[in-house]
Amino acid sequence: MDKIIEVRHLRKVFGNNEVLKDINFSVSKGEVVCIIGASGSGKSTLLRCLNLLEYPTSGEILYHGTNILEQKMSNAVYRTNLGMVFQQFNLFNNLTVLDNCMVGQLKVLKKDKAEARKTAMKYLELVGMAQYINAKPDQISGGQKQRVAIARALSMEPEALLFDEPTSALDPELVGEVLKVMKDLARSGLTMLVVTHEMGFARDVANRVVFMDAGVIVEEDVPEVIFNNPSNERTREFLRRILDE
Amino acid sequence: MTADNSFLEWVYFIWQHNWPLFLIGARNTLIIALSGTIIGFFIGVLIGIIRTIPIDHKTHPVLRTAYNVVNFILLSYIEVFRGTPMMVQAMVIFYGAAMVYGVHLDPIPAGIFIVSINTGAYMAEIVRGGILSVDKGQFEAAHSIGMTHTQTMAFIVLPQALRSILPATSNEFVINIKDTSVLSVISVTELFFNSNSVAGINYRYFEVFLITCIIYFIMTFTVTRLLRYLEIKLEGPSVYIIHGSQTVPEAQIRIVGKE
Repeated sequence: MDKIIEVRHLRKVFGNNEVLKDINFSVSKGEVVCIIGASGSGKSTLLRCLNLLEYPTSGEILYHGTNILEQKMSNAVYRTNLGMVFQQFNLFNNLTVLDNCMVGQLKVLKKDKAEARKTAMKYLELVGMAQYINAKPDQISGGQKQRVAIARALSMEPEALLFDEPTSALDPELVGEVLKVMKDLARSGLTMLVVTHEMGFARDVANRVVFMDAGVIVEEDVPEVIFNNPSNERTREFLRRILDE
Repeated sequence: MTADNSFLEWVYFIWQHNWPLFLIGARNTLIIALSGTIIGFFIGVLIGIIRTIPIDHKTHPVLRTAYNVVNFILLSYIEVFRGTPMMVQAMVIFYGAAMVYGVHLDPIPAGIFIVSINTGAYMAEIVRGGILSVDKGQFEAAHSIGMTHTQTMAFIVLPQALRSILPATSNEFVINIKDTSVLSVISVTELFFNSNSVAGINYRYFEVFLITCIIYFIMTFTVTRLLRYLEIKLEGPSVYIIHGSQTVPEAQIRIVGKE
């Protein structure tokens, strides 16, 4: 399979705290990978290292086989290939919904306005936010913001989309609308890497589930195995705790 | 007019005979305060941007050293001009320019220069605070769609930072209207200086400065109201109304189909 990103011996240290210890991991084209694990297990840090919001302490990140930590390719150019959806949405507060989805296309991809608008509208319709194009972020709900954030990331037409706990900051009744959009995207064949606490989503949608604990990947397998018959005691313990709640 | 005339008669008399001087003074005060605030604002924005450039382990050592030198100079400028009275700065610059460089500055341009660099020092810290107050997530989101630091600043962070520092900028403008009065020490013919002249002609200090007081207040109050109005305009409405219910997304989608 065509590997989009491959991580080798990745380490990340904050001060004296080794958050990621020798991570080896890859994502192939068309895969939906869910990363699960307790808070502080390093799953968000791993995701943030992948698009260099955190700079790895050591190790390699291969993008189609090229190590981007050595390569001269600028961080900015590399990042356009990976979309990112944040827990806190992070919509640009000074821009309307439509401009949020256009600004990257205009300024980074240097598309012309008509084309950028067409692309933005396509994805805003996909997430059901087309009628809000003139709204400012503080005028819409959390679930709507997250859907716009997904449209903003998609408007850059990246090869893969990274989701950092996309529903954790939402009111419970708003989680569904965001998960629905994400399920639709997964079915459309988009490559997705999702850090999540939504076990139902991981079980139904993921091709592969990665369980992380204390900075290491403990176990990774298809969801049926992880959820029904995990081989590691720590995985079992985590799932027992989280599914009991 | 004699000492037997009433207080109000004196006020009226002084205004009748000297209003052009008061108005010229008020005009000069406004010109100096406005130009000084605008130029100072740009100085502040420039320095604020420079002082928030991210420098980390990946930055080339030569660049890092250069940055540190520039930063030190800017910080010295800020500390010196915030740490000394504007009246003293006016004396040092005005008479210093004449003595050391043989440059005889015209009082009004000299006044604008002094107010500008003084305001610049304050605005630099205000702008820096404005930039730092923008949520870190805004930077991350901009970086994640491939924007460079410059693009992030220009299109995302500065528009938000500048809006959030608008009240502080208005405040600087109002302070400048009042503080231009210290420029009378270098013979700038602003409102306070002219009032002093009028008072000297008549020997009626209370009446003259009551008029001066009212003129200052009219200027500052008008400016405060205007800038407040601008702030409200820029904030915009807090709700976005579409046809349909926010809690029923299906209803909204149907409306799209109709359009």
